[in-house]
Formats: sequence, C-alpha cells, structure tokens
Amino acid sequence: MQLKLDQHSPIYMQIIDEFKRQVARGDLRPGDRIPSQRELAAMVQVNPNTVQRAYREMELMGITETLRGQGTFITRDPERVAQIRREMADRALAGFVREMHALGYGCEEMVAMVRGAYERIVGETGAGPHAGALAEGHQAGRGGEPHGDRGV
Amino acid sequence: MATVVFDRVTKRFGRVRALNDLSVTIPSGTILGLLGPNGAGKSTMLKLIAGLYRPDGGRVTIDGDVPSPKTKAKVAYLPEIDYLYGWMTVRQILDYVRAFYPDWDQVRAEELLRFMALDPAARVSRLSKGMRARLKIVVAMSRSAPLILLDEPLSGIDPPSRSRVLSAIVSEFREDGQTVVMSTHDVAESENLFQEVLFLREGQVALMGDADQLRAQRGKSIRDLFEEVYA
Repeated sequence: MQLKLDQHSPIYMQIIDEFKRQVARGDLRPGDRIPSQRELAAMVQVNPNTVQRAYREMELMGITETLRGQGTFITRDPERVAQIRREMADRALAGFVREMHALGYGCEEMVAMVRGAYERIVGETGAGPHAGALAEGHQAGRGGEPHGDRGV
Repeated sequence: MATVVFDRVTKRFGRVRALNDLSVTIPSGTILGLLGPNGAGKSTMLKLIAGLYRPDGGRVTIDGDVPSPKTKAKVAYLPEIDYLYGWMTVRQILDYVRAFYPDWDQVRAEELLRFMALDPAARVSRLSKGMRARLKIVVAMSRSAPLILLDEPLSGIDPPSRSRVLSAIVSEFREDGQTVVMSTHDVAESENLFQEVLFLREGQVALMGDADQLRAQRGKSIRDLFEEVYA
C-alpha cells in the first residue's frame, strides 16, 4: 500500500481515508485481508501507535473486521461498502462545488461543465459517453453497482 | 516501562544554561520527537537521562530512580558521535557490545544486520558514514531496553540510509511499554514516526503534545509548527 501523507492533518485519519478510498474504488474488495498493523507501520514508516489508532477506529466504523489470529479484513457488509463509496463521493462533490462556487460558477454552469469534462476525461475510455451518464452514474452509486454509465 | 521525569533541571556549561529550570515528564510507551535547533538542549537532555551528565540543579529520574548503573540497564543510548572502534569488524562490534548487556537479543541483531545490508566482515573504518549510522542503530535497537535514546540518528547520512534507519525504528519499536526518545533537527523526514513531540528552546519546553492532536488543532504539519515555534 502506497500512502502519501501530507502531514497537515492527523496521520491516523489519513490512513483511514486511504483505506476508505481503496474500498470505494474497489481496489480493496469485501473480505480482503489488509496488512497487519506492524506491516503497515513499517511500510509507510509511521508510528505503530498511530496505525493502531487508525485500525481501532476503522473497526468501530465498521470498515474492517478483525478475526483473532487471522488478521484484519475489509467488511463483508455490502451496505457498509456502498455507504463508504457514497461518503467518498459526497466529499469529492462538496469540495468541487465549494471550489467552483468560490470561482463564481452557478449550478447550471457547473452541471454543463461537468458533462463536458466527463466526456473529455472519462468518455474516451468508458463504454461511451451519454448525456445522462453523470446523473445515471450517480444513481448507480446508491445501489453499489460498479461505476461507469448505464445511460440509455 | 520507563517514565522519565525532569524536575526543575538546570545544566550549565560555563555561563551557558543548556537546560534552564526544565520540568517535563516523558510517558512510557511512546516515540517522542525531541525537536529544536542546535544548542536548544536536546543532547544535554539525553545525556542526563543516560547518566553521562549530572544536573546542576533539580532532578532527573527514571521510574523514580536517579540515573545510576541500575537505571543504565534499562537505557539504550545512541550517541551522536562516532563511538565505534574503527579497527573492529561489524561482527566484532556486535560481539563486543553484547558482552555488556544481559538484555541483548542476538536474533534481533542478526535480523537488523540483514535489514541494514551490513556486511559482518566489513571493517568499521571502511564503512561509509551512512553504513556507520546503520550500525549504530543495530547496536542500540538490539537490546530489549525499555528506554531507547537516539541522539540525531539521521544527521548527515544519505537518504537510503535515513529511510532504513526510520524503518528499523518503526519495526523494532514495541508498543507494549517501550519508550523511544529521538532528537533531531530534521523534522520533515521523521515526523510521522513521532507520537509526541517536545520542542525545546533555550533549555526550556517551548511546546509539547500529541503529534496528531497538534496537527488537528493547528492544521499544520509538525515541520511547519517547528518553523513557527522557532521563527
């Protein structure tokens, strides 16, 4: 696991965020085993107590489950995984909207620009750009479907 | 477990007060970053804990005892200076040092030696500065001492060696009550290692706290805080 720590916010939170991101993106699947605390601490050169704190919080948040003697695993609860994905999307959206609002763009403009950007960035590699891709894709998030558009 | 207490400690060198009425408690089970520019009193603090200096005023205690041969058994100290005999080989250094310490862990020493990519047959005087720094870490971390003092273990060595040293500290640290106190003026590279940080200024505590808490409160990295404290 690669971790780019920016050090301006608590490190245990950044570790949690990284796991959430990987779960949301599907890089980590339900039931996947994650590194032991000691392995992760050595890997990213972070204080073992900080890693321990992150793992404890993830357990409380229902992101992971620890099986005694076997290790720590990503939750198998599909509901929780969908929730994490939604949470990450909400956060990305909030950051985007706030920044665009500060730049003086209104809602309609933003939506139009998002469509354009989506086609430019994702459209070429995706299954084919559609006008309704974004809205549909957003809906898909709720059902925990893999992303990509389901446009008609 | 080892708790270190400085109670109104003053240490003078001539007219200079290296430590000036310093009171602080270092709890056990933590990795503490002892931070500050040169001359702030970092090395002096470590030497007082190691029993190499005596305070001119106040008291230093480790679990209630003033530094003595008894407390030295609990303390592994890595000095900043190059103290290893140049004519010895790496293997001879380890054999020599282990004779002094009942808590020496040979299995760990061998592991660390491999991890540090040190050749046991190499003569110390032929090792690069980075390799000598690695060897010092092997010597300090191969003991099962509850209290490990590292004085500038990263200073003046190449980036790959710095990275190895940091990894070794992380992987050998035992959370069940071991305490590591590490001084450095190179904050950027080592700040992730520290659970707590203590900023020293002119022999006094300028700021102390849990590293993640400080980041959350100030929205700054420890390195930025460092620059703020010493501006």
